[in-house]
Amino acid sequence: MSAPVTDKRSGFDIRDLKSLFGGGGSLKQFGILGALVAIIIIFQLWTGGKTLQPGNIINIVQQYSYILILAIGMVMVIIAGHIDLSVGSVAAFTGIIVALAMKDWNFPWWAAIILGLVVGGLIGAWQGFWVAYIGVPAFIVTLAGMLIWRGGNQFIGDSATVPVGAGFQVIGKGYLPELGPNLGVNNLTMLLGIVVVLILIGLEVRGRRTRAVMGATSAPAWTSVARVVVLGGVVLVAAYLFATGRVGTSFPVSGIILAVLVVAYSFLTNRTTIGRHIYAVGGNKHAAELSGVNSKRVNFFVMMNMSVLAALAGMIFVARSQASGPFDGTGWELDAIAAVFIGGAAVSGGIGTVAGSIIGGLVMAVLSNGLALKGISSDLVQIIKGLVLLIAVGVDVFNKSQGRPSIIGLMTRNQGGRGGQKLAEEPTSTQVSPGGGTPDTVVPADLKN
Amino acid sequence: METAHNAHPTILEMRSITKEFPGVKALDKVSLTVRAEEIHAICGENGAGKSTLMKVLSGVYPFGTYDGDIVYEGQVVRFRDIKQSEAAGIVIIHQELALIPELSITENIFLGNEPGRRGIINWVDAQRRAVELLARVGLDDDPDTQVKNIGVGKQQLVEIAKALNKNVKLLILDEPTAALNESDSQHLLDLIRGLKGKGISSIMISHKLNEIEQIADQITIIRDGKSIETLDVVADGVDEDRIIRGMVGRTLGNRFPEHTATIGEVFFEVRDWTVQHPLTAERLVVKNSSFTVRRGEVVGFAGLMGAGRTELAMSLFGRSYGKFISGQVFKDGEEIKLRTVAEAIGHGIAYVSEDRKSLGLNLLDTIKRSIVSAKLSKISRGVVVNELEEAQVSEQYRKSLRIKTPTVEEGVTKLSGGNQQKVVLAKWMFTDPDLLILDEPTRGIDVGAKAEVYQIIRDLAARGTGIIMISSELPELLGVSDRIYTIFEGKITNELPVAQADPETLMRSMTSSSQKAVA
Repeated sequence: MSAPVTDKRSGFDIRDLKSLFGGGGSLKQFGILGALVAIIIIFQLWTGGKTLQPGNIINIVQQYSYILILAIGMVMVIIAGHIDLSVGSVAAFTGIIVALAMKDWNFPWWAAIILGLVVGGLIGAWQGFWVAYIGVPAFIVTLAGMLIWRGGNQFIGDSATVPVGAGFQVIGKGYLPELGPNLGVNNLTMLLGIVVVLILIGLEVRGRRTRAVMGATSAPAWTSVARVVVLGGVVLVAAYLFATGRVGTSFPVSGIILAVLVVAYSFLTNRTTIGRHIYAVGGNKHAAELSGVNSKRVNFFVMMNMSVLAALAGMIFVARSQASGPFDGTGWELDAIAAVFIGGAAVSGGIGTVAGSIIGGLVMAVLSNGLALKGISSDLVQIIKGLVLLIAVGVDVFNKSQGRPSIIGLMTRNQGGRGGQKLAEEPTSTQVSPGGGTPDTVVPADLKN
Repeated sequence: METAHNAHPTILEMRSITKEFPGVKALDKVSLTVRAEEIHAICGENGAGKSTLMKVLSGVYPFGTYDGDIVYEGQVVRFRDIKQSEAAGIVIIHQELALIPELSITENIFLGNEPGRRGIINWVDAQRRAVELLARVGLDDDPDTQVKNIGVGKQQLVEIAKALNKNVKLLILDEPTAALNESDSQHLLDLIRGLKGKGISSIMISHKLNEIEQIADQITIIRDGKSIETLDVVADGVDEDRIIRGMVGRTLGNRFPEHTATIGEVFFEVRDWTVQHPLTAERLVVKNSSFTVRRGEVVGFAGLMGAGRTELAMSLFGRSYGKFISGQVFKDGEEIKLRTVAEAIGHGIAYVSEDRKSLGLNLLDTIKRSIVSAKLSKISRGVVVNELEEAQVSEQYRKSLRIKTPTVEEGVTKLSGGNQQKVVLAKWMFTDPDLLILDEPTRGIDVGAKAEVYQIIRDLAARGTGIIMISSELPELLGVSDRIYTIFEGKITNELPVAQADPETLMRSMTSSSQKAVA
């Protein structure tokens, strides 16, 4: 057992396949990613190729970017052990203020955006204050917020629709501009794709070097090559699709905002002290406090951050629909929460990832979009989405309680967690949460050691 | 003393029980024979298979998932779940008590077994029977008291009352005294012995070998999933060393390491430390306590549970307990303020809590992330954590503390208690403490791991770290400490160099005024 962990494995190993997508860190997404790919393929076939047409994927990004932005904030709130029901109302409240600022007070679009973020920050500080420093459960605080900010939106806006100008609409409706020679594609989009591929290669090389320095087990080199080829290929194909849509369209601005946020928040949650503190507080508040973590500040931060992101999501929505209305953002909180839980977070906190939540959100997005393409009515779409949420989390929980993987379990399974070795020891009664998700950073128990 | 038990018939025979989990044989042809009116102890290191065996017996692992036969009262039984084994009179009381804190004693006793008809509970009947049952276990609290308001010792008694209500014939106790202080433990052991006289056999799993020696008639030793031997306590003249030899398969030399440290000057001093109970304003849990720690010295704190040992330590550690009233802390001659945990860590103070699972670790986390969690700044630039350093640091601790795990990427839940404790120790060693406060550092870990923890403590002392060790186990305090304070009802009552300390003297100082049961 205490042998050094530098054994170089050779030959095929299922874990190498998994490490294609996890890179040794968060492997949880692998399963959900598999589900996403499966859903895309199913709808691609079922809709006769409409799903992956440029116009449609551009539409999906524009239509769901704000939900995915909410999911980023929501997963952090949920990891910390809270919930935020107010995001839709906060989005609507911010939207009306921003729209009025431009219409009545002649704010330029950029100043309006800053104003919107400040409004989100203030709302978040208000809610964070009640949650962190008074100790009112976030469920209650944000349920109150849901009413307060919805009412605020309708009070300020007189329950009317307020249009926004073209400059502002860019964040919701805009695309990367056409630049350079006309090659029949959107050059910037293709360039973006190539840059992303180069970054992927760079990260892969750096990752392998780091692991070598650590003397840790590295998957065989072919997995690295395969990973870069697969991921790079997906990126390039996606870039090509986005670049070859209707003239005047390309990769949406809202998609770029989303991508930047995903990268930034993945880094924040994985690699920074504040990220560690969020997981620590959600995993065991008392232990975190006894380790010197200021749990109040952490709770304040996640609640405030959520409202800032909700404000941003609200503005993108207003920009896309060209106006702020009294019912903007209705039900968003549920979509965001569903995305997070499909993405493998635990109801009891401590578990979840930004990437997983984004993939969970995309599962819902592709599903809704595909069903809409098939002309399924929205009442049925709701029923199906509800069932998907229930079944996805249910299968996860069931597998864990049974200690054996099934199809989705095999994909979402956290290797080693269900291995026999553990069960043999006096099993701890403190085995993970009811909510779903084994710890997401566990790496396979190497029984060969 | 224990004369006639051979005359009693066999009540339980587990024959050649084998239980496999994928890839691992947890139990390998284990046999166990328990006679009527017998207290049968099962000893073994953590992970030896004791709990698994009890789960097979009580139906948690149903018939069909194991090989071998269970013969109970002369018949082969096939329990499909706990309900069936309980109906047959086999009741298991787990280490983590299964009581509902918000419910009353009565409600807990009859939970799942409520007297009455068609779902309407007959509370008058329940109340009457509860009083009877409580009398049998020697508990005189009002049966309407909420369980959260009575101490762990009394909660344990409520569990036994609950078992008695089910007409228990064979009581299984998993580490029943792990969380109890000496007097509560003694009361519980007396009760178990009393039950034996009334025809109730017990199977007891415990790490406290002195208790086993004192109470058990027979001892079965399990090692690596195999039953090694069964000893008759009287006939075989069993003592602690004999049990340990069976458990570890070798004779442990000296269980306590040599004191090699050269003790330096006083560097840490607490004066007149007074702390108020967090809820009750008039109640002082720590009263005018003053003490000193020298460099390289292991200072023991002896006291019964509830005496204020943990409260003293936690209130020092960034006011993590109660309400600060008065007192001063000096380090290297200068007064320091320890208002938050972060401040305490900054001043080089570390506190390893007595409750590893609820206060010491985030059980969802990996080993490496746990180890660096109390001083992330040490491996961070600004707010960015250097994961390479994190891996290197934790790998060093894995080697130097011999944490048994294939990699530091494992979740901490997967470790045994002893190895979890090593992770907690590593976590606090990583903060480079000048003063390390250890609260019950060997609770719930097996004999081998204990010896390793003692060695780690002495090694740290040898490097000049001042150590405060709080422990309920007097032999451990006497074996590891250089100097011992005793604490009783929030006051420091005595201070003795270890050479002048013996269990009797300590116990007297720990109970200096009339001893009351602590609620």
